[in-house]
Amino acid sequence: MLQAVQANPNEPLLAVDDLVVEYPVGAKIVHAVSGVSLQIARGETLGLVGESGCGKSTLGRAVLQLRRPTSGRVLFDGHDLTTMQGDALRQMRRRVQLIFQDPIASLNPRRKIGDIVAEPLVIAGVKDAAEREKLVHEVMSAVGLDPSLVVGRLPHEFSGGQCQRICIARALILNPEFIVCDEPVSALDVSIRAQILNLLEEMKGRFGLTLLFIAHDLAVVKAVSDRVAVMYLGRLCEVGPSEQLFARPAHPYTALLIEAIPVPDPDVRPTETIPVGEPPSPIAPPSGCRFRTRCPRADQRCSDEIPELRAVAPGQLVACHHPLI
Amino acid sequence: MTDNGLLSVEDVQVDLPTPRGNLRAVDRVNLRVGAGQTLGVVGESGCGKTMLSRAILQLLPKKAKLSGRVMFDGQDLLQLAPEKLRKLRGRSLAVVFQDPMTSLNPVLTIGTQLIETLQEHLELDDASATRRSVELLAAVGIPAPEQRLAQYPHQLSGGMRQRVAIAIALSCEPRLLIADEPTTALDVTIQAQILDLLAREQRRRHMAMILITHDLGVVAGRTDDVAVMYAGRVVERAPTPALFKKMRMPYTEALLAALPRLDTAPHTPLPAISGRPPDPTRPLQGCSFSPRCRYAAAGCHTEKPALTQAESPEHVYACFHPIGIHAEAGA
Ligand SMILES: Nc1ncnc2c1ncn2[C@@H]1O[C@H](COP(=O)(O)OP(=O)(O)OP(=O)(O)O)[C@@H](O)[C@H]1O
Ligand SMILES: Nc1ncnc2c1ncn2[C@@H]1O[C@H](COP(=O)(O)OP(=O)(O)O)[C@@H](O)[C@H]1O
Ligand code: SF4
Ligand code: SF4
Ligand SMILES: [Mg+2]
Ligand SMILES: [Mg+2]
Repeated sequence: MLQAVQANPNEPLLAVDDLVVEYPVGAKIVHAVSGVSLQIARGETLGLVGESGCGKSTLGRAVLQLRRPTSGRVLFDGHDLTTMQGDALRQMRRRVQLIFQDPIASLNPRRKIGDIVAEPLVIAGVKDAAEREKLVHEVMSAVGLDPSLVVGRLPHEFSGGQCQRICIARALILNPEFIVCDEPVSALDVSIRAQILNLLEEMKGRFGLTLLFIAHDLAVVKAVSDRVAVMYLGRLCEVGPSEQLFARPAHPYTALLIEAIPVPDPDVRPTETIPVGEPPSPIAPPSGCRFRTRCPRADQRCSDEIPELRAVAPGQLVACHHPLI
Repeated sequence: MTDNGLLSVEDVQVDLPTPRGNLRAVDRVNLRVGAGQTLGVVGESGCGKTMLSRAILQLLPKKAKLSGRVMFDGQDLLQLAPEKLRKLRGRSLAVVFQDPMTSLNPVLTIGTQLIETLQEHLELDDASATRRSVELLAAVGIPAPEQRLAQYPHQLSGGMRQRVAIAIALSCEPRLLIADEPTTALDVTIQAQILDLLAREQRRRHMAMILITHDLGVVAGRTDDVAVMYAGRVVERAPTPALFKKMRMPYTEALLAALPRLDTAPHTPLPAISGRPPDPTRPLQGCSFSPRCRYAAAGCHTEKPALTQAESPEHVYACFHPIGIHAEAGA
């Protein structure tokens, strides 16, 4: 096959192929991401869920080449980012952005909001100050901030929700095609969380964005995602259309995550059946299926053989020897 | 509630002097919890939940001004001699914080901390205290408890540390446990395990519990009564089923509606609450929720609504225009 050069609307905007990311710690290796493959179509939001430490942020950062993967490929619009260097990578970086979990910590406390939001323009070489100012005003208004009241102030004068709006403005200013949102609402209160989720949805429509939306809260992920990928200890367990995945989970881990969500209805009593246990260390992950130490269905085959992702329903893939459907 | 209350909080008010002026963190709060009962306290960050629990435990910052009464088992904690109070805390009154490191000592092993707590309040020799510690760690779901005794807090995950903090809090069989956002920093699966653990231990000990959280989902299935706080005040209080079926206060309704739910389709816009809570050093003249309330009318901006009784004395709300229709769990 010829190397894709021009955008093909039928091709996924992002294709991650057998991605591995390892961190050396002393003489040991943290297996943070171990052979993840996924695709995101143009205009799609893929949700990525999993418990703390399962490798979600590592995957997001490796996709953007903020951390170079150990092996595997990341095709963005047909170009392999993992082999790109220097200018070519810089050009590509204008098209992809990242929004972080902790909005306040991700803003430089000593710089004015206007300068923070304009920074990507400066880096991208937009020299005309008036042009920069115009773009900053446009994007600030788009995220629901009054530019005249905001640009001259410092980050500490703003609440968490407002800081997240500022981060979103900064991510949007270069008109990117793809944004990795790494737990953008985890640090926010319920009322503000809904505002920011709505804003992200609105911006997605307005700017024609494609999103990788990382979170550990399944209800939050479902609110914004077309498809959802469930990750456990560095591997994907299950991928599928949001409605379908929540209605009929195929992987025992997906089912556990769904069961653990507190339901705001006093008639739904918690089952108190969540098995006690936590994910094992990614330094020495279990053989075979990594979920087997917590899985009620585990048997010998699960410790001997790594389950591969395979289709169980249209669009729904599961990596399990004994799926629930 | 037939029990007339193991704990009763009466007109408790906490004022904190700040460079920006006086900050009323807790504004004339009244609450009651009976033995074996769980009271949920819900509200956004900064609404005064932690200051209220610290007021009950008398663990406020030195500069804080506290007034009102905190009656525990017939005695007013605010009038108690410091020595008596110290005995009561840890023995009859225990607390679990959001960050387990608030109550754990980083330089002491888990074993030392458990054994010291046990021996401070109960007459136990070393062997029985050790045995009891192992039992407690096993009860809170810590695998290989004997080996854990020699470990330090930093060698455990966040979920494990919270379990240890709970083991210490439960060690002297307290009659009231205050759990201040015990699972906010944890994953959903670990959260479910910790909440299950608290519920189980509570039933077993017939203990009273105050479960503080910002998540209405957490209180729905796990409490007998709920108090909703906003800007330092209790704005609605009711038995849990009544609260969810007939919420009267617009803020409670808005909090519930803003929660993303698994039973709504993707890309459904969430009914967000506009704006944010008022600056606590600049109290509003009218209803604190008025700038964000979709039912607000003229009087709401100039007068404060008092807590009013709904159909039963147990259900109270502070609003001039209470919601009459059934909210039916946000459907
Ligand atoms: N720079 C690093 N050096 C060594 N190990 C790391 C490094 N960054 C992350 N890890 C480890 O890699 C694993 C995956 O971490 P990662 O931050 O990607 O998880 P996550 O799913 O984003 O978790 P969270 O929900 O807590 O944000 C974890 O075990 C983590 O401790
Ligand atoms: N040590 C302190 N000094 C001054 N103000 C404080 C202190 N701790 C909390 N506050 C303020 O008191 C109010 C209530 O805080 P808190 O009880 O911690 O809220 P919650 O637990 O509901 O998030 C907030 O406005 C907060 O900023
Ligand atoms: S492969 Fe085995 S251990 Fe893994 S999830 Fe499936 S049944 Fe459980
Ligand atoms: S008193 Fe008025 S502003 Fe306050 S909650 Fe009720 S309707 Fe809304
Ligand atoms: Mg992360
Ligand atoms: Mg608090």
